[in-house]
Amino acid sequence: MGKLARKVALVGAGMCKFGANFPHQRNPDMWVEAWLDAVRRTDNGIEPKDIDACYVGNYSSDLFNHQGHLGPQMAGLVGLVPKPASRFEGACASSGIAFRQAIIAIASGIHDVVCVSGVECMTELPTTGVTDVLATASDSLFEYPAGATFPGLYATLASAHFHKYGTTVEDLMRVAIKNHENGKENPYAQMQSSIKDIMNSKISKIKASGGEIPDWKDEFDFLKSRSNPMIAYPLRLFDCSLVTDGAACLFIAAGDVAKKFTDTPIWITGTGQGSAELSMHDRESLTSFIATKEAARQAYEMSGLKPKDIQIAEVHDCFTIAEIVALEDLGFYEKGKAVDAIKNGETKRDGSLPINVSGGLKSKGHPVGATGAAFAVEAFKQMRGIAERNRQVKFDVERMLTHNLGGSGATCVVTIFEK
Amino acid sequence: MSENERDFTIKSYLDFLAEKKLMGSKCKNCNATYVPVRKLCTKCNTANMEWIEMSGKGKLAAFTSITVGTPFFVEKGYGRNKPYCFSVIKLDEGPMVSGQLIGVDESKPETIKIETPVKAIFLETELKGETRVDLGFEPV
Ligand SMILES: [Zn+2]
Repeated sequence: MGKLARKVALVGAGMCKFGANFPHQRNPDMWVEAWLDAVRRTDNGIEPKDIDACYVGNYSSDLFNHQGHLGPQMAGLVGLVPKPASRFEGACASSGIAFRQAIIAIASGIHDVVCVSGVECMTELPTTGVTDVLATASDSLFEYPAGATFPGLYATLASAHFHKYGTTVEDLMRVAIKNHENGKENPYAQMQSSIKDIMNSKISKIKASGGEIPDWKDEFDFLKSRSNPMIAYPLRLFDCSLVTDGAACLFIAAGDVAKKFTDTPIWITGTGQGSAELSMHDRESLTSFIATKEAARQAYEMSGLKPKDIQIAEVHDCFTIAEIVALEDLGFYEKGKAVDAIKNGETKRDGSLPINVSGGLKSKGHPVGATGAAFAVEAFKQMRGIAERNRQVKFDVERMLTHNLGGSGATCVVTIFEK
Repeated sequence: MSENERDFTIKSYLDFLAEKKLMGSKCKNCNATYVPVRKLCTKCNTANMEWIEMSGKGKLAAFTSITVGTPFFVEKGYGRNKPYCFSVIKLDEGPMVSGQLIGVDESKPETIKIETPVKAIFLETELKGETRVDLGFEPV
């Protein structure tokens, strides 16, 4: 138990540009763009005849776009019918689950090559509608009637973390500032600007309109101002990930066929998945995610690696507090100590453990059902040394981890990649 | 209907709330207590429950003050200029529950302190000619 019965590799990965793509692009349009990007990045090419099945991760096309049954829809668009095509749902971890199920199917010997698709088109609904759809990922029977929104649940977790460990709003702001610095270097990101850029452009606009010029000394002042409105105390707008449309595509192959597609496959050496009670009030801890701990335990055990062996990670920063909690739950730092590491710059691109060099959900964007697959796209790029602009880390990445959390933490998928 | 003739369902739990009673289920086998109600005890894997009424007393475990609310709360008049508090309360009997926290200064959330003792209240809302009752809490 807990071992892959044969080797599994990531041989190709790609994505569409994330953003408010609707109505210019809907799920089918973004998916085909992601597929073409992944085909282009597969060294020796890949064709539908090479692929045995299509696994689609999507959270809520039913509510966002009035469209269910995405498995065959996505398969048909890239020539994969009549092969098996299925959709997987686990809130924001939907394509993390699809990816993991593809790995398991290949390890089992049922399939040799699986195409994983992650898609979500959120901006077809107005913001209030998006908020309402996202709330269905938490408990709609008892949390929702008590007023819980999705940011509200993470804000509640933040209040408990602040109380127990002395975490501050400045600690949260450092996560947002770092991730925006990274997203600025990602041509696929929704917001390709640092918070300092955003602040300066606000000041220019105010100057141009003849308004009173704010006395912001730095990003922290800006982030504490009315220009960064409160959403759910202590979380403000810049603590929240974006509402995004996007798609990502992965090609996964069995070890003995991987070389047909590339001479340099990225090996998947660890996969783990965990769960927690859907309602936060039913969980033992309000400052840690048991689903993350369980998924990480399985993935570390399978790979034989320990947290200290991981060189770089992409973690699920749907809210700034979530990145802090993830760094602790994944075993990188002791509880309450991740904020010190962030403050010391350890998690920056040139730090000892770069986190979310893609820009994270905060800046790259968070098309919920596509996010899990998009993490693997960044792993593919960083491990091959092909990340765009100045985003590529300056060392050879041999061991990388991705962490994909669903809802308010009730599902988690952790994956470990090695060269 | 007497308490222990009622099924251990969500409907029964909500019916009790409408009667302004916070009821949980207690496992007759291992004494584990569940609020909201559960039929199956996941501590000992038996389905042998009895209803118990909660004292309604507890402590604030975690909270937020929400300015961008759910449609239900927006309909109740909450929003940017009138935030509301969502809270998780640790009941004295052990379980945690979610509820709106009132009687605090929602617009100054930094003044709200975790571990503040609270008691349950039953919040009535008139919506479309019907009265609904939701669980809430206020400082003691
Ligand atoms: Zn029991």
